[in-house]
Amino acid sequence: MADAPREPRLPELPEAVAAPQRRWAPQLIWIIPIVAVLAGAWLAVKTILESGPTITISVKTGEGLEAGKTKIKYKDIEIGLINDIHLTSDRKRVVATAQLDKDAEPFLVEDTRFWAVRPQVTAAGVSGLGTLLSGPYITVDPGHAKQKRREFVALDVAPIVTREEPGRTFVLRAGDLGSHDVGVPVYFRRLPVGEIVSRELDKGGTGVTIKIFVRAPYDQYVTANTRFWNASGIDVSLGATGVRLETESIVSILIGGLAFQARPDAEVAPPAEENHVFHLFRTREEAMKRPDVAVVHVVFEFKESVRGLSEGAPVEFRGVTIGEVIRVRTEFDPRTFTFAQPVEAYLYPERLRARSRDAGAGLPTPETPEGIRKRVQIFVEHGMRAQLRTGNLLTGQKFVAVDLFPRAPKVKAGFSKPPFEIPTLPGALEDIEETVAGILKKLEKVQYEQIGADLRKVTVTLDEVLKSVDRLVQRIDAELVGETRSTLQAARAAIERADRGLLAPDASLQEDVRETLREIARAADALRSLADLLERQPESLIRGKQAE
Amino acid sequence: MTATTAVEAGLLACHACGLIHRPPAAAHGAVCARCGSSLHFRKPDSLSRTWALLIASWVLIVPANVLPVMKTGSLFGSEKDTIFSGVVYLWTSGSWPLALILFTASIAVPFGKLAALTFLLVSVQQGSAWARRERTRLYRVLEFVGRWSMIDIYVAAMLTALVQFGSLMNIQAGSGAIAFGTVVVLTMFAAESFDPRLIWDPVEKKRG
Repeated sequence: MADAPREPRLPELPEAVAAPQRRWAPQLIWIIPIVAVLAGAWLAVKTILESGPTITISVKTGEGLEAGKTKIKYKDIEIGLINDIHLTSDRKRVVATAQLDKDAEPFLVEDTRFWAVRPQVTAAGVSGLGTLLSGPYITVDPGHAKQKRREFVALDVAPIVTREEPGRTFVLRAGDLGSHDVGVPVYFRRLPVGEIVSRELDKGGTGVTIKIFVRAPYDQYVTANTRFWNASGIDVSLGATGVRLETESIVSILIGGLAFQARPDAEVAPPAEENHVFHLFRTREEAMKRPDVAVVHVVFEFKESVRGLSEGAPVEFRGVTIGEVIRVRTEFDPRTFTFAQPVEAYLYPERLRARSRDAGAGLPTPETPEGIRKRVQIFVEHGMRAQLRTGNLLTGQKFVAVDLFPRAPKVKAGFSKPPFEIPTLPGALEDIEETVAGILKKLEKVQYEQIGADLRKVTVTLDEVLKSVDRLVQRIDAELVGETRSTLQAARAAIERADRGLLAPDASLQEDVRETLREIARAADALRSLADLLERQPESLIRGKQAE
Repeated sequence: MTATTAVEAGLLACHACGLIHRPPAAAHGAVCARCGSSLHFRKPDSLSRTWALLIASWVLIVPANVLPVMKTGSLFGSEKDTIFSGVVYLWTSGSWPLALILFTASIAVPFGKLAALTFLLVSVQQGSAWARRERTRLYRVLEFVGRWSMIDIYVAAMLTALVQFGSLMNIQAGSGAIAFGTVVVLTMFAAESFDPRLIWDPVEKKRG
């Protein structure tokens, strides 16, 4: 443009060189949009094919969850992303909408579980530390159901056991939860082999149902006759060998634990079914007890105090526990105003049967109520009596001892239906007490006064005899004055002799009489002092005289 | 303003050396007698070429914006960012000047360019005589500004090359980046293949 305009010199212009036109050139450019469309279509198809299903997960709290950030992971591999979080209309829960990958499709079935992974510190361990910095993520435990599902409710806490872990779950029923929470270990021969998966109160609140998971290969040791018991805490026992302290593990002291094992004498049983229901025993001892199938309900009416007898106290037959006390009460009869302490107990007749079978001559345990009644009656007629005995001198714990007392007073066992009343005998200590009382009563009946009076009478009689002798002598003296001197003299001589013999202080008769009197007086004294002593120390009759 | 155009005078100028020719008598195609460049009154097939490139751009701008342009992997998870999520992130994190730049360079400009080119093509095909001067200026702006859209691609390429710390942190270009780059290049070609002289041609025809 800076050049000055010049006159065009058109005729001198060169003619352009003709060139053949390339026919395909204009069409070539259309390859670009075609390629672009193809590429775009391919991308679109790929995206559509790759984009998996959209699901919603309802969670309790949105803590740490972020739309577009929080991931859904399976085995730490990302399989989806949360792209929206909002509250439910009732504002109770948080609903997260997540876009999953295509290959996550098979996860979305009825029993699939989702939960948020957050850092967790428990006695059993620390988990989810990585989420401290990266924020929580949602993980999944794929289910096996056939039915598809798109809306899920996340678990509030991470499950202890995921489905792909080999093993089986079992159900335990217990009276109370004890110290067991989810995650508490389950031991088999002190080996941690599983965990408590869940625990919940039964409907009606009568008990607790605990679900446990036992990992393979240990689950095969859970058989139909396996017993479960509480393994938490420390078990201290004092035996003949000294103090024994037992525990499953240090962890179980802290957080509790369960243990299982089959009873040593149990037959080999096939592994239990999944979700088999077991009873949870309180202690290992309880769990290992023989199962008592037959139970006889009896009642013992004790007249004495049952202090020290608690529910669960054993009923022993010569040192062998054959039953246990289930209830201790007290009753009184308004007519006679007498008190009795009925103690109800369960007897396990099988324990007796087993022993008689060992001896070779076993009676079959009666099956019918009538048979049981007859059996108890026979036992009672043969002198079966119950006694209250002290089991432990330190604590004063008592137990009921059942034994045969053939010399016991006959009792008519007139019972028709349970609980069968088994007559009682006073306890050993009570027996002595009663005997002593009986002796005392007999002593009381002795007529000490009569004895004294009799003795006095004897003394008086003797006195009179002496006096009459004296009178006789005097009369003889007087009446014989008129007699011949010789006679008199003879008589005097005779009297003198008699005098000497009878009245002289050293006369042997007088001596004897005096001796006798003294003896009688001493005897009376002795009786008096005995009476005094008995009055003061009646027990001296048995124990002897005590030093003053 | 009236002027004689080269076409009216029946003359051809060489784009490479500037030599003016008379068109050859018979053939359709012609080459410069001096330097051998191909000669034409107007860019050959300007409209159809531009249309082709433009349609390709329209197609590809969809995945360019939908697919992630950058995948950031770090110790604590990985993230995929599309262009728009990057803008949103910058905006919400407070650096809105950067967000504006990114929005302008990566979203407003490419879309604007496509829209403007489409408008120019349609208006030329309809032989509109409306606002020719302004439309020509629009074309000039388009041609100038188009290449700056590559900023995004440059950033992604630079980060991909620089931030590679193994598992600690690494950045990868996503498939959206390829689409976006293609869109930018195609629009540049489209702007190039469009002949702005076509805007003015209807005037001459009317006069002629």
